[in-house]
Amino acid sequence: MSMTMTQKILAAHTGRESVGPGEIIHAVCDLVLGNDITAPPAIAEFRKIGTARVFDRNKIALVMDHFTPAKDIKSAEQCKTVRDFAREQKIVHFYEGGGGGVEHVILPEKGLVGAGDLVIGADSHTCTYGALGAFSTGVGSTDMAAGMASGRCWFKVPEALRFELEEKLPPDVGGKDVILSVIGRIGVEGASYKSMEFGGPGLSSLTMDDRLTMANMAVEAGAKNGIFEVDDKTREYLRESGSKSRTEYRADRDAVYAETFRIDLSSLKPVVAMPSSPANVRPADEVGQVPIDQVVIGSCTNGRISDFRTAARILKGRKAAPGVRLLILPGSDLVYAQALKEGLLATFLLAGAVIGPPTCGPCLGGHMGVLAKGEKAVATTNRNFVGRMGHPESSVYLAGPAVAAASAVLGRIAAPAALSER
Amino acid sequence: MKLSGTVHKYGDNVDTDVIIPARYLNTFDPTELARHCLEDLDPSFAGKVKPGDIILAGANFGCGSSREHAPLALKSSGVGCVVARSFARIFFRNAINIGLPILECPTTSSLAESGDRLEIELETGSIVNPTTGASGQAAPYTGFILELIQAGGLIARLRRDAAPAK
Repeated sequence: MSMTMTQKILAAHTGRESVGPGEIIHAVCDLVLGNDITAPPAIAEFRKIGTARVFDRNKIALVMDHFTPAKDIKSAEQCKTVRDFAREQKIVHFYEGGGGGVEHVILPEKGLVGAGDLVIGADSHTCTYGALGAFSTGVGSTDMAAGMASGRCWFKVPEALRFELEEKLPPDVGGKDVILSVIGRIGVEGASYKSMEFGGPGLSSLTMDDRLTMANMAVEAGAKNGIFEVDDKTREYLRESGSKSRTEYRADRDAVYAETFRIDLSSLKPVVAMPSSPANVRPADEVGQVPIDQVVIGSCTNGRISDFRTAARILKGRKAAPGVRLLILPGSDLVYAQALKEGLLATFLLAGAVIGPPTCGPCLGGHMGVLAKGEKAVATTNRNFVGRMGHPESSVYLAGPAVAAASAVLGRIAAPAALSER
Repeated sequence: MKLSGTVHKYGDNVDTDVIIPARYLNTFDPTELARHCLEDLDPSFAGKVKPGDIILAGANFGCGSSREHAPLALKSSGVGCVVARSFARIFFRNAINIGLPILECPTTSSLAESGDRLEIELETGSIVNPTTGASGQAAPYTGFILELIQAGGLIARLRRDAAPAK
């Protein structure tokens, strides 16, 4: 039976020759992830199972990144619960503060995920690792608990949508613009219960950071996972990260897709997702005059070094408009150090930015950049739902780092080209 | 199992950020979560919900974050069942895993309005509005999912499997 790339990974992790869409399987996990919000309830559920030890202390990652550095006493207690559990179970991959960062930035960076892996994470953006040719998907805390105890997870085998990438991206257009354009086209339910499989001749022109951004937002189209074919860029990334997993799966030539979409990368423009849906996408130069109060550049979607290089290229020698708070949050200690080394942080400071520690904080209205009633923000994050970044009457416009930086300078939502038109 | 309750009706894409805003996620205490359930969508919900009430919604219910706090907040608010045209996949598995009854029914919009009563038979998926006579049919659960529901959720099933045979 012919299979998609995702189905092949699921079959391999179930010890089967093949699996078909709709089947319920119990697959073996290579990594089980949780954070400071989702791990505490998972630990409570784990205790109820009655298993003394986790299935493999090397295959669990606990990353304190959402409300860290701890924003209040309750958040500190949640981190402590996880820290104590990590100590008790001798969990190898526990990260908080220095040496850590945002989960979906640091796991690929540290080589904890590789091609062909099966990863579950109690965080919806766990789908990020599909960029490396892995099957990875978000689950809840109970699934995480069961995964920590048994090393397994149940799945309904998904069918797939195929995205055939063609041509190359124009300047100032990045992975965020590609995935927002795709979500705008297929809708927030467009890939429900399905895989989004990316490949085609245009793939080689996309950087690994572009691909991580795109896979990250597959869940915003309702997808179970987003996954990219493995190529030389993936292999080089995995070599550099020191990942041990290098099993490359390829969809069968006659694999059946629910639908195939052709994406002409050269036709894409810098875009913005307007409130309050990631599918409410418009070209950044067609939104009219939307004055803004805050710009956030960072997160598991766009908190990698190339995102900050893009932002710095636009902000160099310029300043954030008066009244605009510009927040820069590198996604990890490594990204932070690299940005420092390349002089990007100086560019940001001179542009009037506040540089924060790696944290998810502002993306979910947690801390460090919460919005007041009526305020508007442009953010390189992944969700713009009602109240996502603070007050239910505040609004979030999603964009890539180029649009975010240009908007900070102009004090309104703008495409980078608007800077030269001034 | 027969359920009967008052309907609270909402639209499409009710996301987990409005079901339980992240500002309340520094705890997973069910009572505390229930206090803020649906706060950013319907601030009056927590004050008016009664045990056994039914949420009736459109497509893609529970989209967004994987926070299990969302089905937990609904369950501990007393919600007896969520009936929606479709569910986002992580919410779906979270609800099944923690034992919050949910049903997918293609005709939710014509079934009832807020304040109406609905009668639901979980095993068959039959949904009836006794006041208007409107009815709907959800696909009943089968196979592994049904097994999970009958076991009382994923953890209960694992405990049962882990327990030494008597």
